[in-house]
Amino acid sequence: MYLSPDERDLLAPDAPPATTMAMRILVDTARMMGADRLVPITSAHIDGCVYFGDAGVLFAERLRDLGGHVAVPSSLNVGALDILHPELVLADAHAKTMSRRLMDAYVALGCTQSWTCAPYQAGYRPRLGEQIAWAESNAIVFANSVLGARTNRYGDFFDICAALTARAPDVGLHRDEARVAKILVDLNALSPALLNDDSFFPVLGAWLGRTLGSTVAAIKGLPAGVSEDRLKALGAAAASTGAVALFHAIGVTPEARTETEAFAGEPPEAVITPSPADMQAARNALSTTSSVEIDCVALGSPHFSLDECRALAALAEDQTFRKPVYVCTRHAVLQILEANGMREKLEASGAIFVIGTCVVVTPILKQASGVLMTNSGKFAHYSPSTINHDVVFGSLGDCVRSAVSGRVERDDRLWS
Amino acid sequence: MVVTLDAETLVDGSAEGKILKLGAPICFWGGLDPKTGRIADPRHPDHGADISGKVLAIPRIVGSSSSSQQLLELLYLGRPPAAIILGDADAILGIACLVGREMGFGTVPILRM
Repeated sequence: MYLSPDERDLLAPDAPPATTMAMRILVDTARMMGADRLVPITSAHIDGCVYFGDAGVLFAERLRDLGGHVAVPSSLNVGALDILHPELVLADAHAKTMSRRLMDAYVALGCTQSWTCAPYQAGYRPRLGEQIAWAESNAIVFANSVLGARTNRYGDFFDICAALTARAPDVGLHRDEARVAKILVDLNALSPALLNDDSFFPVLGAWLGRTLGSTVAAIKGLPAGVSEDRLKALGAAAASTGAVALFHAIGVTPEARTETEAFAGEPPEAVITPSPADMQAARNALSTTSSVEIDCVALGSPHFSLDECRALAALAEDQTFRKPVYVCTRHAVLQILEANGMREKLEASGAIFVIGTCVVVTPILKQASGVLMTNSGKFAHYSPSTINHDVVFGSLGDCVRSAVSGRVERDDRLWS
Repeated sequence: MVVTLDAETLVDGSAEGKILKLGAPICFWGGLDPKTGRIADPRHPDHGADISGKVLAIPRIVGSSSSSQQLLELLYLGRPPAAIILGDADAILGIACLVGREMGFGTVPILRM
């Protein structure tokens, strides 16, 4: 592998020891990925700060103890503690102590305390063409697809190694050729009403991930001006059911202003035209139970934006939720809701704000098992395996009505 | 019977063990319990299978980028598979072995076929 003189210096015996350790891991990973050189990066997003076991804590503390400090701006994904409401997290004392140690270690390494899985809505917005190293599957797909920045699907440990060295392997989605769409997904068989419904986007994403794996697709037929929240929901679901790291939406996303641009002038290798029945099946697959009762509603995977919180408040009005509604978001959103009185109203209805973390990465739900309703394709995908909850997927409106009645209320008209 | 197969080495090493070929792609986060080494996703066709000590053949790693932490935890707790054979090049598991080596938790060979 070619290493520039500067890069060789990062491996030299007189370089800071945390940097050399990170560089050894980075160079070996780059080899594994088939790279023959590295590319400088300008931003990192760190997912390794959520506690899943002691080994990850010891690794971060080793880097800290060796004097490590990030070389590029590095945002932090969620931790395993609620940064405002520690009592919400029901983990045992050991897990809480280790979670805190892990979070502290990453802060000591110089990372920014963003504590969100939607850093792109918290001001961390790399520009079109910018080379970055991001972890967290939904953040990766958003950065690549919606912002046009360039990252592979990096994971825990690699993220901090890239941040400490300001390098990534010059391979895969860092390079033009891997970013070209291969498959055209044409939505022309679906009704405009469906394409204009919030709950369509996670369903399309879940279908896309399951159908394509990691193949880059260009989607044709999304309405121009589709909101970032909808693209966020699409990408997060696609990155959960598949290994999607990049999708294009023709006329919407920055590398697909036209179909020709998305395919770099080549014809697509295949054209897929999902049918209404395909979408109905994909929607059904996001639910794991036919239970008519629910135990809770979980919103905000990825973290709810201010707009999504406003939509929730408008739907909730002054109703009372019979079942708890967990709203996972970041601190800055809660501060705005507090300033405009919306927090108080939503909490009076029965909403519980979860800040800087979420209900699937750490134990928050009061019951060990039950039925969780959500409008998030990502929560729907992960809840059965991570928190032993069955899932009912529905729109935000469905979730609110169900929280009020305590029973599953779903509007199926768009889907039948 | 001896069968020789061609593969690309992602993480080197030698290993012996029974083959466990997964019937579907997996995400280690939520898909696997590192404390027991068992496949934990109730929707996975191999739900309940113990991967510890096996030569684990995985068509594809999907989903969360936290799968690296889960494999490192398996190494740390002494419950890793004997080796991993991947259907595509994905560094998410490989990096756990590199970190395991740096930290003294051990490593397992990973091949791509």
